[in-house]
Amino acid sequence: MNERPISTVPKPVLLLLGLGLCLQIAGHFSLPQRLTKAEDLPHPPSLSILKIASFGEPIALAKTLMLYLQAFDNQPGISIPFRNLDYEKVQGWLGHILELDPPGQYPLLAASRLYGEVSDETRQRQMLEFVHQRFLDDPNHRWPWLAHAAVIAKHRLKDLPLARKYAQAIRVHATGTEVPYWAKQMEIFILEDMNELESAKILIGGLLQSGQITDSHEIRFLEEQLIALEAKQKAEQS
Amino acid sequence: MLHQARTIAFYTLLEALRNRLMWLVALAALTGIAISGFLHEIAITESGQIQVALLAAFLRFSAIFLLATFVVTSMVREFNDKGLELLLALPLPRAGYLLGKLAGFAMLALVPALLFGLLASFFSPPAQTILWTVSLICELWVVAAFSLLCVLTFNQIMTALSAVMAFYLLARSISALQLIGQGPLSENSLSQQVINWVINAIATLLPRLDEFTRTDWLVYHSGTWVALYPLLAQTAAYLALLAGAALFDLYRKNL
Repeated sequence: MNERPISTVPKPVLLLLGLGLCLQIAGHFSLPQRLTKAEDLPHPPSLSILKIASFGEPIALAKTLMLYLQAFDNQPGISIPFRNLDYEKVQGWLGHILELDPPGQYPLLAASRLYGEVSDETRQRQMLEFVHQRFLDDPNHRWPWLAHAAVIAKHRLKDLPLARKYAQAIRVHATGTEVPYWAKQMEIFILEDMNELESAKILIGGLLQSGQITDSHEIRFLEEQLIALEAKQKAEQS
Repeated sequence: MLHQARTIAFYTLLEALRNRLMWLVALAALTGIAISGFLHEIAITESGQIQVALLAAFLRFSAIFLLATFVVTSMVREFNDKGLELLLALPLPRAGYLLGKLAGFAMLALVPALLFGLLASFFSPPAQTILWTVSLICELWVVAAFSLLCVLTFNQIMTALSAVMAFYLLARSISALQLIGQGPLSENSLSQQVINWVINAIATLLPRLDEFTRTDWLVYHSGTWVALYPLLAQTAAYLALLAGAALFDLYRKNL
């Protein structure tokens, strides 16, 4: 279809068009830039509503929601301290996202490595406990986040019993072949730090006897650990 | 009749290829890549999964929307141009006309499905992409047939398109609605039972589109060929139902 040249358009129309465009652009720049505030994070909708709203695309919705949640922590030019966020809401969002996309690891990474690393101990513990609870739903795939939680509990919170609880959960529940031995053996080192050498020895002995470990290097490493523990125990007794 | 239907199918496809539909399909593909690529960059982890999940969802909805819009608008244009009257004045059974149109739209559906499947293959293993593409083709066929039925029934773009979108979104959410209605927390009152019954009745008449073209096939590579068989069976059954309903409507029309 041939179009008539621009010169055929009446001048007032062109003027109106130009004026409208200028007003729009000027209006856009005169408005204050939208900044996200921590308080703006709303309560998550119920899981049922989210499932309906996903229109059969729960994975795509979960991924989008994770990026949405992340936007409350990090915006271009602004970074909201995590401690300003309402952790009850954050936990609610993370839980729902995980329900929508159970194999997804993003919410657990965010819980253990982002929200779990705040300087506020109460919030930190809340996130670690969230990771622990969700780990129990799928231990063989979610163990890395609990392992990280154990590290935080040990080094940041200096709470060795809590670290041991998490390490023990990995040993007891994450029994799949894909779970590396170092993760299953974390508890030993924590027990050693707790000076519970006898328990550590029993654990190593149990691991060796269980037949779960087949790698010769792994067996030798554990045997050496056992010898070192015995030596340490003797030194302490004498 | 088959020869005539084939001719109608050919010209339906030709009409689609000669207008700007293909540009829109290409534009949708580019937009999908751009959006998913942007989100890929801002993700801390699982960036590849995020990219493919959002790309797949976007391409799927785009393909459905473009095809449904094309079916509805091209049919309404044909009604307005009196093309239908002209064709039916020829020695052509109404069934030949409808099946020809349906076949043309079905062939057209292959274009976005194959293009989007090709795009998805850059992010997922070939077998999973093939599963996804075949399933997308089935889904597009169902939507095209439903669009044809709606446009024959309502004869108007707005009404027909609204009905198609409502059907599509409902077919994708009906399983979630059923699960919620039967959940342990739902009340066992009479009104709840009636609502559940209505939802179940609607679900009986809808295809389970939430089982089609699953994003987790591309993201977690969980698709199997066995999962495709029920989808093919559902597609065949639903196409038969929709074609039957459209024929019923067309034969009753007073032109």
